[in-house]
Amino acid sequence: MSQGETDPGSSANRQPQPEGYLGPEETHSGAEAEGGVVGSGGRGKIDGRRRITGEARFVDDLSLPRMAHCKVLRSPYAHARILSIDTQPALAMDGVLAVVTGPDLPVRHGAIPVAQDETALAVDKVRYVGEPVACVCATTEELAWEAARRVRVVYEVLEPVLSIEEALDPESPVIHDWRRKKSNVLRRVRQAFGDVDAAMAEADLVLEEEYDYPGSTHVPLETHAALAVPSEDDRLTVYSSTQNPHYMHRTLARVLGLEQSRIRLVKPDVGAGYGGKCDTFVTDICAAHCARLLGRPVKFVLEREEVFYAHRGRHRTRMWLKVGMKADGTITAIDFEAWAEGGAYASYGVVTAYYLGVFGTLPYQLEHYRFTTWRVYTNHPPCGPKRGHGALQPRFALELHLDRMWKELGLDPVAQRVRQCVEPDTETVNGLRVTSVGLEQCLKRVTEASHYAAQAGKLPPGKGIGLAASVYMCGALHPVYQNEMPHSGVQLKVDRSGLVTIFSGTADVGQGSNHMLACLVAERLGIRPEDCVVVEADSDLTPVDLGSYSSRVTFMAGNAALQAADRVRAVLFRHAAAKLEAREEELVAADGFICVDREPGRRLAFADAVELAESVEGTLGATGSYRPPKIGNRFRRQSVGPSPSYSFTAQVAEVTVDEETGEITVDRVWCAHDLGRVLHPEIAEGQVEGCVYMGVGEALLEEQAYRRDGTLLAPSILEYRIPTVYDTPEIHALLVESHDPEGPFGAKEVGEGPQLSTVPAIAAAIHDAVGIWLTAPPFTPEKVLRALKKRDRSRSQPRPAGPGHTHLELLR
Amino acid sequence: MPDELILAVTVNDEPVRRLVPANRSLLDLLREDLGLTGSKHGCDVGDCGACTVLVDGVPRLSCISLAASCEGAEVRTVEGLAKDGVLHPIQEALHTHVAAQCGYCTPGIAMALSALLDEDPTPDDDALREALGANICRCTGYTKILQAARHVVDANRGALVRDTGTSK
Repeated sequence: MSQGETDPGSSANRQPQPEGYLGPEETHSGAEAEGGVVGSGGRGKIDGRRRITGEARFVDDLSLPRMAHCKVLRSPYAHARILSIDTQPALAMDGVLAVVTGPDLPVRHGAIPVAQDETALAVDKVRYVGEPVACVCATTEELAWEAARRVRVVYEVLEPVLSIEEALDPESPVIHDWRRKKSNVLRRVRQAFGDVDAAMAEADLVLEEEYDYPGSTHVPLETHAALAVPSEDDRLTVYSSTQNPHYMHRTLARVLGLEQSRIRLVKPDVGAGYGGKCDTFVTDICAAHCARLLGRPVKFVLEREEVFYAHRGRHRTRMWLKVGMKADGTITAIDFEAWAEGGAYASYGVVTAYYLGVFGTLPYQLEHYRFTTWRVYTNHPPCGPKRGHGALQPRFALELHLDRMWKELGLDPVAQRVRQCVEPDTETVNGLRVTSVGLEQCLKRVTEASHYAAQAGKLPPGKGIGLAASVYMCGALHPVYQNEMPHSGVQLKVDRSGLVTIFSGTADVGQGSNHMLACLVAERLGIRPEDCVVVEADSDLTPVDLGSYSSRVTFMAGNAALQAADRVRAVLFRHAAAKLEAREEELVAADGFICVDREPGRRLAFADAVELAESVEGTLGATGSYRPPKIGNRFRRQSVGPSPSYSFTAQVAEVTVDEETGEITVDRVWCAHDLGRVLHPEIAEGQVEGCVYMGVGEALLEEQAYRRDGTLLAPSILEYRIPTVYDTPEIHALLVESHDPEGPFGAKEVGEGPQLSTVPAIAAAIHDAVGIWLTAPPFTPEKVLRALKKRDRSRSQPRPAGPGHTHLELLR
Repeated sequence: MPDELILAVTVNDEPVRRLVPANRSLLDLLREDLGLTGSKHGCDVGDCGACTVLVDGVPRLSCISLAASCEGAEVRTVEGLAKDGVLHPIQEALHTHVAAQCGYCTPGIAMALSALLDEDPTPDDDALREALGANICRCTGYTKILQAARHVVDANRGALVRDTGTSK
């Protein structure tokens, strides 16, 4: 992610590109995993035990003496001017310690430096229902809640902007009227490669269709929370349930007007995020502000309903897609437009606008590609990154579209996908450098496991099977703010006891990155992951890692950990070789020993090797860091999208459609994911299963939908329909290893990519079952019944010629 | 009804006597008064199951249960699920199968499944699903959770066969 685009003079665009720079000093894709740790499972994860005993400590589980509590009053209006705020009724209550309003914290912040448009509490205007307006800090949570409701706010209600159409209408009010650009478009991105019009004209089949992908929200089980603790040395410790502690650290320093070094930011155990905890929230800023103001610990935990309004979830995205195809199934050109409804603030929306378009050149070979995407402001809660950020909506459209065209041409969609898949070590027309590609293997594994060929088009009425493929990134080449520093740092402390402490700024929010780090370090040092302790995400203790976003952690922090481990290993081997009277090249680290070619007699226990080395070298330790390769940047505005590597997925869904009720059941899903290399099978499978699960929710049940007044239709776990155990299909995770040349031991991402093809696979299966192409998830019984009726009507009437949709024309 | 009352309950085998507000939830009693933070606030309205504890052996949503309703009862939380330092078999299985990703829902899920498995050592899949029906897990897709539970069921079935020579 980067702000490169609006900064024409940005250094990244002017830099000479060194040839063959691979980022990490050494890569381990070809390295033999001699320690037997990589790929082994069955014993849980190193920090797993505390999660099943109740010992895990989430922010809300932390309590301190004299701790006060914050609650906020939120806007009842989607769009209104704040005329006055009377805090006296709240302040007058016994036990109320402070009331804070927008002007107390006026510094605008935001996830992306070029789009800093929000304040912790509304200043002058409210822009969505649920926007925090006043914060009360009191001795108890109940009292803070009670007092917040006594704050009197006088509003002048403004006309709200509640849809993409309204946002683009020049007559509509401008939501951010302070911006230089008097428009509700946060960002428009337009890129074109090759000659789309000519290629389209050469096509034998051209299909145009519109898609409408709904907004959805993350619903992490832990609500957002922060605990801020002032200390006597004029420093502030903030414990936050965040995915991106480093970016939050920077934001807090700026908003509070403090040196970053005066703030210690700690991420304790976090009850998941899925992208929903990437931003800095009112909880973090107000707890920190009040703690400094009052000189006592302050906790701020959101209620569940508030999390739905804090949102930062999937953008509702309306799309127009036109694809040209030769009679043999070859894709000649793709023309794509998308409009993403972003809500009231930017969050990561600039990046969303790019991600909607840039991945269209993968995973199939393509020479002619054009896209225009818009990310607009509306008076709804802000959207942001949700698992598969921005890349997921167009993938749904494209996969369904291609499947439909190949079927229309009477071709085998699986064979077409295999035939047209990008080759390893190539570059796409828009400059994405592709290294390892495991899609063909994914397709093979998933079709074999599901017996796809024997079933597609041959199942009894109401039963269907569908397939889709997808691609995702392994971290962004550029950080959110431009700099030349590493994206990931890891520090190792090697103790005489043989314990290795791994210090890393990474944020494990449940995905298992702590175990990933321990696995890689243990592998190189010949010990067990359990012999490592991970100290993570504590800005006083751990080197910077940019955060748990864009599926970057395994690739980037993993490489940093490997580099540090290699440096320790080199020292240990030097001394062990002398002691064992062997050459360093003969040494192997495995099973807790450094041994000579695994000879049982000639070996040194790991702790003994540490002692030996320490007695000569002094205290042992090492650092490692990872910086992505300097590739890409072939043209201006290419800085958002390129990744050091890409993961690939193929999945098959089996569904039952009840034509009477319109109800769809997803019976089974097989998902094969190319994750480069399996570091830990259960953790990796769990990521795939979680992705499929979340995809099933988006396919059938979930929608962040609003009433006409801008309030949410379903701001609770009961109403916002999350799949329960009854709604979740049997999921088969299949792991495919393509050994990426730059990933740690060849590993790539696994936490997001698998979700991208779930919804199109289900949509394809629905078509296989009942012959309808559904273009707007969630596939509710109402939509299914409507489509079935339309199908029955068109069976009795000839199909009208030409594309039937022109509605989106209005948006251009 | 009085504003406060003296409550006597047993929590994880320890007798507890506390003056509590009449409107205190069982979850707040556990977390705030007794420092047992294993049970979680997920929604506070009984939608998610993260607060599930056992009251007299039966799973109960502690966020919508009054502490006062537990007078004289035996309450068990995730902190009291291990016996003599040995994890409950479902805890061990949840751990080795990595069925806890973020772990926020896990205490509730461990309690719900332990109640079922203690009652019926070899439940079928429908019974496992029913036991999990009130618990939301947003990370795992329930796949590893069900695998872990089946692992315990299989082990119990094996033990039954060994002990009695018959299988259920």
